Amino acid sequence: MFRNQYDNDTTTWSPQGRLFQVEYAMEAVKQGAATVGLKGTDYAVLAALCRTSKDTNTLQRKIMPVDDHVGMSIAGLTADARVVCQYMRTECMAYRHSYNAEFPVRRLVSNLGNKLQTTTQRYDRRPYGVGLLVAGYDEQGPHIYQVMPTANVLNCKAMAIGSRSQSARTYLERNMESFEDCDMDELICHAIQAIRGSLGSDDVENLTINVAIVGKDVPFKMFTEAENQKYVKLVKAMDPPLEADHDPLSEEGMSDDDMTDHGPSSSGVPPNDTSDMETTASTGGSDAH
Amino acid sequence: MSRLGFEQFPDYQVPGMKHPDFSPYESNGGSIVAIAGDDFAVIAADTRLSSGYNIHSRTQSKLFKLSPQTVLGSAGCWADTLSLTGSIKVRMQSYEHTHLRTMTTEAVAQMLSIAMYNRRFFPYYVSNILAGIDNEGKGVVYSYDPIGHCEKATYRAGGTAGTLLQPVLDNQIGHKNMNLEDADKIKLTKERAVSVASDTFISAAERDIYTGDSVLINIITKDGIEVRTLTLRQD
Repeated sequence: MFRNQYDNDTTTWSPQGRLFQVEYAMEAVKQGAATVGLKGTDYAVLAALCRTSKDTNTLQRKIMPVDDHVGMSIAGLTADARVVCQYMRTECMAYRHSYNAEFPVRRLVSNLGNKLQTTTQRYDRRPYGVGLLVAGYDEQGPHIYQVMPTANVLNCKAMAIGSRSQSARTYLERNMESFEDCDMDELICHAIQAIRGSLGSDDVENLTINVAIVGKDVPFKMFTEAENQKYVKLVKAMDPPLEADHDPLSEEGMSDDDMTDHGPSSSGVPPNDTSDMETTASTGGSDAH
Repeated sequence: MSRLGFEQFPDYQVPGMKHPDFSPYESNGGSIVAIAGDDFAVIAADTRLSSGYNIHSRTQSKLFKLSPQTVLGSAGCWADTLSLTGSIKVRMQSYEHTHLRTMTTEAVAQMLSIAMYNRRFFPYYVSNILAGIDNEGKGVVYSYDPIGHCEKATYRAGGTAGTLLQPVLDNQIGHKNMNLEDADKIKLTKERAVSVASDTFISAAERDIYTGDSVLINIITKDGIEVRTLTLRQD
């Protein structure tokens, strides 16, 4: 990206009708480690690549529980994510206290989208630099919602965000149709298979896969070390997600940065209103435009 | 708060005139007993909810499970009970989100005390007894007054029959006011605690009109909470 005279604050439009600050906020999401969300008929699963370091303890959490029926995984600025998560938790607790019922997930993310939108329209605020995959289960069934700094909220059958997530999205797109017939274990294996492709070759040692699930009679829970290991072992025994001649660890053609004709660049070609890269693996209605 | 000022003047005091009085409090009755042992805690509460001489329910539990190691028994004004336990549960959930663990019984005890004192000038009309397992695995009982004064104890009785039951517990559990050799003061077992609690309730139901119908007993150990019921007089 190149700096230009229209990117100083959120309240300045470019002549092409773009808000550069908002688009720059999207870049923050692409810097975060990849995370994947998918759903079947009774369960929604989240998988995330968490950076572990010998110095820091596992306080850098990518997957955050919100309520018994909702949880989310993040990509981007962790500090912004904590604030968003706290907002969602407060909303859920207040709803439960007032109505003795679970907050319907669709309405929760819709409220969140509205809250994010105000940050894109005020001179004294900046967009939240975090993308979320919200997984929930309520009377309408399982849900996966993608929430972006642009305040776009997408209802997805499956989605991946973060760096090197294109390969995950490709895998999800190819296997999407089979998710409805999968049981819980198969769904989890699909999630891990999808995210495997986003492991770069250099930091395989430092990234661990964390999984969380929510669904029918299953309150949102993150798997323990033991459960994580069990599923990762199951998946390791399976073949790599893509064809044998295509090495999933190679970065050719995988990086989101390769798509130079998308995103803010100096070419000045305006992208579509919904950033194209994120919609490849999502179908089903999209909310809160 | 209850009467408007002008009614005190002689000209306005007409015979037969109705003066609606509003009291924000109502006693819905009920009693609670809690006993702590070395590695267990027993808390029992009757299940009668009443209002004056009327009975609202014979099967309303007054025990609220706040966590796998902590149970709160509340008797008094039922509306205040529901409001207080509701807000305590929300705060405990907030704590779990932030600290990634359940609140310890001691922490809940302190938080409850603060929450009640915050309403110092419009108190929760509730008689609270908190029973649970502390950090070291020992049983604990905390008792409260309506404005949150918290006291740790080995055994405690509260509610409408509290004054009837407390002396019985003093004698049977605390071995007070009797000539007993030290050798006879055997360590309190779970079964004896449950049987003493049950017996005290049977006595209370005989003499206190607001206590009766049945007793719900929660036995808290590190392995979980066991629930037992005991039927009482229904009159």
